[in-house]
Amino acid sequence: MRKHGNTTGSFKALLFGGAAILALAGPAAAADTFKIGVVTFLSGQAAESFGVPAWNGGKLLIEKLNAGEVPAPYDTVGFGGMQIEAIEIDEAGGATKQVQEFRNLVQREEVDAVVGYVSSGDCLAVSPVADELKALTILYDCGTPRVFEDGSYEYVFRTAAHATMDNVAMARYLAASGADVKTIAGINQDYAWGHDSWRDFKAAMAQTFPESGVAAELFPAFGAGQYGTEISALMREGADVIHSSLWGGDLQAMILQSSPRGMFQRSQVVLSAADHVMPPLGKNMPEGAIIGARGAYGLLSEDTPLNRWWMETYQAEYNVIPVQAPYRMAQAILGLKTAIEKAMAENGGTKPTTDQIRAALRGLEWESPGGTISMALADGHQAIQPTAIGRTTRDENGNVVISDIVRFKAECVNPPAGQKSVEWINAGFPGAVCE
Amino acid sequence: MAQDSASRILTTAVFATGALFAVGFLLPNWMLFTATKAVGYGLVALGIVVLMRSGLVSFGQGLVYCIGAYTSGLVASRAGITDVFVLLIIGGAASTLVGLVVAPLIARYRSIFFAMLTLALSMVLYGVLVKQNWIGGSDGFNVPSPTFLGWAPELWAADMALYGVAVLVAAIAATLCRFYFQSMPGLVAQAVRENELRVEYLGTSVFRITVRNFVIAAGLGGIGGTLNGLTLGHVDPLFSFWTTSGEFVFISILAGHVSVVAVFFASFALELVRSFSNRYFPDTWQFMLGAFLLAVILFLPNGLGSLWDEIRKRFGRDTKAKPGSTAPVSDAPGKLAERKEPAE
Amino acid sequence: METVLSILVDGTIYASWLFIVALGLTLIFGVLRILNIAHGGLYAIGAYAAATAVALFNGFGLPAPFSLLAMLIAALAVAIVIAPLLERGLLRLFYGRDEVLILLVTYAVFLMLEDVQKMIWGVNPYFVFEPRQLFGNVEFAGLFYVGYDLMLIVLAVVCGLAVWFGLNRTRTGKIVSAVIHSSEVSAAMGVNVARVYLLAFFVGVFLAALAGAFTSPLISVQPGISVSVIILSFAVVIIGGLGSIPGAAIGALIVGIARAAAIYELPEAEIFIVYLVMAVVLIFRPEGLFQRVQARKV
Repeated sequence: MRKHGNTTGSFKALLFGGAAILALAGPAAAADTFKIGVVTFLSGQAAESFGVPAWNGGKLLIEKLNAGEVPAPYDTVGFGGMQIEAIEIDEAGGATKQVQEFRNLVQREEVDAVVGYVSSGDCLAVSPVADELKALTILYDCGTPRVFEDGSYEYVFRTAAHATMDNVAMARYLAASGADVKTIAGINQDYAWGHDSWRDFKAAMAQTFPESGVAAELFPAFGAGQYGTEISALMREGADVIHSSLWGGDLQAMILQSSPRGMFQRSQVVLSAADHVMPPLGKNMPEGAIIGARGAYGLLSEDTPLNRWWMETYQAEYNVIPVQAPYRMAQAILGLKTAIEKAMAENGGTKPTTDQIRAALRGLEWESPGGTISMALADGHQAIQPTAIGRTTRDENGNVVISDIVRFKAECVNPPAGQKSVEWINAGFPGAVCE
Repeated sequence: MAQDSASRILTTAVFATGALFAVGFLLPNWMLFTATKAVGYGLVALGIVVLMRSGLVSFGQGLVYCIGAYTSGLVASRAGITDVFVLLIIGGAASTLVGLVVAPLIARYRSIFFAMLTLALSMVLYGVLVKQNWIGGSDGFNVPSPTFLGWAPELWAADMALYGVAVLVAAIAATLCRFYFQSMPGLVAQAVRENELRVEYLGTSVFRITVRNFVIAAGLGGIGGTLNGLTLGHVDPLFSFWTTSGEFVFISILAGHVSVVAVFFASFALELVRSFSNRYFPDTWQFMLGAFLLAVILFLPNGLGSLWDEIRKRFGRDTKAKPGSTAPVSDAPGKLAERKEPAE
Repeated sequence: METVLSILVDGTIYASWLFIVALGLTLIFGVLRILNIAHGGLYAIGAYAAATAVALFNGFGLPAPFSLLAMLIAALAVAIVIAPLLERGLLRLFYGRDEVLILLVTYAVFLMLEDVQKMIWGVNPYFVFEPRQLFGNVEFAGLFYVGYDLMLIVLAVVCGLAVWFGLNRTRTGKIVSAVIHSSEVSAAMGVNVARVYLLAFFVGVFLAALAGAFTSPLISVQPGISVSVIILSFAVVIIGGLGSIPGAAIGALIVGIARAAAIYELPEAEIFIVYLVMAVVLIFRPEGLFQRVQARKV
């Protein structure tokens, strides 16, 4: 018995000694890893357009970070010397499944942070659970403003701007291009994303073009695939501007079906989230459409050294330009890295606790391939970012590219802290700073 | 039919509840949560088992599951009533009411038409809810954490408390169903499965039996929905989507209509398969789940409940079980504790 | 007036697409008593196969009209490979079991097919551009319609007539009808029931794949296209009466035109209208518009 006690004692001493040596060794030892759970669509409608490209980007960036091959200011290995280890989970299956998987990631797999969620419904469902479990969670993609406008969370951060930005920027672009808009029409999917996008666009247009009226509001089912009737109805109305927040396969189908029928000639079509359908559609992408990417991403991105590295690396690996989803995944991971390293600078270089990372991430600013991300809203939990809108056109080789790009500062198209998006739009964008 | 005495059923139920509650203290948190969710699903599937005994399968239990979850969720988030027992009663009552309205409409239908009509109704609810932007439309809304008779626990205690309530509700539901199955109306309901015209000639209304069973199933569905709404902290229209209903049917088939307890194991098994295939085969989890479904239907034609029967017969412990299409209800809640181990 | 014409044309195009999908579904149910959820997956595989086949034909440098042939061959190939595998290899094991149980089996197959598509074709989208340019544009009621879309109406009519003719005017069709009526008596009379089942299932799979193949020029072929098809085609066959071919045609037309009218006149109700029609029909005609009343066993 006594002997046993002794062994334990010396074992403890050994442990403490070891810990001391580790602490002396300075920044987190190579043996340390930082484990993240990545939740993104690997199957279903959102796999092709968002989930899989996002994770392709994420995988690549993590690989490069772990190898220390990312340019400054991200040239430290992994997260502050710790290797990044990722567990991927399919987001398909609904919010019920996601809450369960979230708990499994946190409680069973004991990840240090969860990065994920394209679907707004999943973001809304997971956020309260994250707070309850005190689990650091980064929402990288979902668009609904409701996450932080209807609730407030301590452990949840969204590193991308919400969808209000896309539609406000679109209205501002139309105004800046001197368009004459009397009537607008919308074709948006019949679920929260479609309704929210149309509501924001309609409200923003009422501010920028007070004379304009609504000609038609169509809400085809999510995943409908067949838009013949909608296209006829829209063309019969002949509105000056047709707005759509469709994405992925639905958007590609809508473009394929409407383009030969002349919808893009009859009306000015504005697509708030369409950059990601340009590489797959190639030369079949119609000219003259006004396009957003939900940020200054891909074809709409600015030429910075970091962005150049990102585009080249991604293209070398996947043979296609990165569209919006991989950009948003990258800015989430880089934000996490910045926060972790900031926390490590403050705590003497040990692996930071969730609370330390959380404190570091609040209100943080960092550079990403898509521009400067700043956690300006919702008490430092919700990002704003610059965005850009452009118009499709054909270059001399017949390829469809984007021209007439107009860039918007983050403060120009995002509501200021403490204001709800819809109220901000309806009040005439008070506090917006546009140069 | 194995007629167990009321006192034996009650004793085993009380014993099983205690044992399962004790087991909860040993379970890791994620499994506590999974078990609670499995009880919610299991309750809805128990409703299908009630229907199955009179030869009907509803492919639209998402309807009552969703009604229960939404009603209790709205009461909790809008009216601020968060007591779990009050909410369970409200959710169960709301679905029972819906069941009372719907049952007379659909009680005339049989087999695939019954399945399809219930499916259609649940999809109508889905279509309506997606439109309701005031309660979040397709995104649904969050449900506040429940309180327990005025007690508002945190984290682990909250998980444990909800698990305890789930075990209690499951035990009560299983016991009541067990009593119902071996009561005279319950036995007549089973005769409907064999030949409904004969039942009519014997002077009993098949219509009334069907309505009664559907209303019971609806109430169970509402309680299950409420429990899961509280467990997940979120409800959305997918609660009423056809794939959700499909899972309930699968659980009840995996369980078989032999046992009232097997549904909870079936549901727990499904959750584990789903979760682990998600973790280890993120790209092909649907394939794994589909293969699991097929294997079960192929190799366990009468469900888990019958498996237990087989074992009992083989070891000669149950002399009352007789072979034949009217399979005996021989599984009592007391077996829960014993069978917990392999399920983990 | 022009709006009414548009509603009719748009509704009919949509109905044609729905009808081809629903036709296979109702045929399989009529003969085998299986409500096949995996039909949606077969539709998707048809679309993928068509994309592959058209690309292959283009690779050979064949002129554009051959892409129609490629799509047809693709659908046939899907049926040849999958129908025996599924019917003989799997569904056969469940004959005589509860209809709802088989429904669940096909649900499992549907889940598996979702991932099988990903394993074979990945997640990147496929496009079939060529066929849609073959028929030019048509101006009608003040709008442009793509000739290919209108051609789908012809295809639907051809498919419907072919199946109807095959069932009612050929010797094989008579045998199939006999099996529908009573498989036991037919077997006693020397009919190879297993072969009839396989044949019916084969035609059903072919029609699902054909619908997918000829829809592929209109859409982006990628994961997730199978889901929405199932519920819609279920609604159609339930409205028309399970197992009835004229029922599927009428059901598709009702759904197509009701939906088109909703888009023009009451766009908020677009999703909802399909379920509404289904619920109304079921309340007044419990077993669908064209379903024979079945005797109950005593």
